[in-house]
Parts: sequence; C-alpha cells; structure tokens
Amino acid sequence: MKAFVLGLTMIFLSSLSALAVNPDEVLDDPLLEKRARALSVNIRCLVCQNQSIDDSNADLARDLRVLVRERLVAGDSDTEVLDYLIARYGDFVMLKPPFKGSTYILWFGPLIVFILAAIGLAVYFRRRQTEYADAGDSTGRLSSDERERLTRLLDREDG
Amino acid sequence: MPRLLFILPLLLFGAIAAYFAVGLTKDPRLLPSALIDKPAPEFDLPPVHDGQEGFAKANLGGEVKLVNVFASWCVPCKVEHPVLMRFAETNDTPLYGINYKDKKTDAVAWLKQLGDPYKRIGQDLSGRVGIEWGVYGVPETYVVDREGRIRYRHVGPVLPDAMKEKILPLIEELKK
Repeated sequence: MKAFVLGLTMIFLSSLSALAVNPDEVLDDPLLEKRARALSVNIRCLVCQNQSIDDSNADLARDLRVLVRERLVAGDSDTEVLDYLIARYGDFVMLKPPFKGSTYILWFGPLIVFILAAIGLAVYFRRRQTEYADAGDSTGRLSSDERERLTRLLDREDG
Repeated sequence: MPRLLFILPLLLFGAIAAYFAVGLTKDPRLLPSALIDKPAPEFDLPPVHDGQEGFAKANLGGEVKLVNVFASWCVPCKVEHPVLMRFAETNDTPLYGINYKDKKTDAVAWLKQLGDPYKRIGQDLSGRVGIEWGVYGVPETYVVDREGRIRYRHVGPVLPDAMKEKILPLIEELKK
C-alpha cells in the first residue's frame, strides 16, 4: 500500500513538471533562466501555433528557446529579444497580440459592441417611457380621456 | 427610419457572418512573412558541395532570384523537387538553395539522386539562418528582387499551380 501511494505521488509529481524545456537548455544563472521562461511562455511556437515555445516539443520551438537564452546571456533586454523575433516572424509570434494601431479593433471591438448595445437599449427604454407619457401620466395610470372611454365601453357591454 | 433600424441587426449579422465565412476559407497555417518588401537578412553560409562556393547575402540582388529552403529529411521537399528542376531547366532566373538543418552527406546524396537545380547552396546546419529568414516549416520559397528585397514567400511545397499562377508571373513582373 505504502509503495502504491508513493508510486502514485511520483506519477503526479512527474506530470507536474512535464514541460518541453530540456535540462541542457537551462541556463546556469537562475535569474536569466527565470526571464527566459517568462518570455518563452508568451512566444508562439509557429509550427504548433497554439502552443508557446515553452510548452512545445517542436524542433523550431527548441531553436527559439535556445535563441532567447543566448540573446539574454548576450545582454539583451526582454523587449529587445521580443523585437528580434517580431522582426523575423511578425506579431503572430507573440501569443498575445500587441496593442497598436492595426490591433485596436481587436482590443476595443467588444467594448464598442457593448457600448452600441447599451445605447440601443437606452434609446429603446427612453422611447417606451415617452410613449407612456403621451398616453397618460408617467406612472402608467389612465388619463381622464381614457378613463372616460373605458367607462363608456364597459357601460355599453353592461347595457 | 424605424423600419430601417429594424433590419440593422440582420445586416450586422450578415456582415460578420460574411467576414467569418471568408476567414474559414483561409489556411491558418500559412503565415504572412514579416520580411515582405524588406531586404533579405544578413547571412553567410558554407557550401553543401565540397569545393564549391557557399551562399551569402552578397549573392542576392542585381537580378531577380529565387531562394528555396529545403532538407533531405523533408518529405514535401521531394514533392516540389521536380517543379524546381523544371524551373531551373526552363527559366534563366537563378535558383539558390538553403539546406536547412540537414547533414551534408544526406543532402549531397539526396541531390545526387533527384538532381540539383540550385546555382548555389548554403548549408544551415543550426537553422539560425532559417530563423533570420523567418522560416517556420520547410520547404519555403522566396522571390527576391533586383534590390535584394524579399517580395514573396511561399510556404509548403511549390506545386505546379503555385509556380504557374504566383511565382512565375511575379518574376516576370519584377523583371520588367
């Protein structure tokens, strides 16, 4: 039983660290390695497209991981590393689209749709309210004209 | 006016649906190159064939040129190979090769077996020059103009249709 639990625990622990980064790629400097990992998580593997290079086992992903580390060791800042990749692979290399002119519609689109819907709804309720106001007072009670007509109709039915 | 407002949601839905319908017909794996209309990257590769010259940025420009990234381990490369052979025989536009992450002996044997359409071949063993070009899958084919700028990239094997409809017309146009 004890061996079974131990085995199970080991399986769980091993699956936790099932990442694509190979031991030979890891940098000696823990600080640089941390930066490299943080960058890799946001860089798209262009072969498998919805994976980051940190997760992917593809050959190109490995090359890019090594490249990111090399550039960090050479003293590049995080943005310099990203700019280097974007210059060669385009914005698509970033998993999160950058915030700039051509992507404004992507970032603001949902907000614009929401605002338009809110305006539409406001106009709709506004109009309903004025229709009520035209018909009688704003509380929705019948106007004196309407009350008169109603009694006349009811009287007729009674008679 | 209120009538028109009534069909507005329908029109909006139609526009969005049409946009997505067009999007569905495109292959998401084909990425636009970030280097279109930009100068070819700096590189200087050793030759694949011993005794011959390698392939470097200095070889580009002057006239319109075709650059093909290939490898002997790449199956689609074998598919496009006859198209490239035919291109080399029938077109006077120089075709250059970048041998991507391939062993020299494998590449030489492959070219011996299938024929060698390339005027120059550079060996990119580490794949670094591939990254400079923005290569994400072999084979890839680039059209480079007289000024040494990349004008077109084709991802995947160049099939006869792509050669006839895209690459050859562009080469003709750039040569004018």
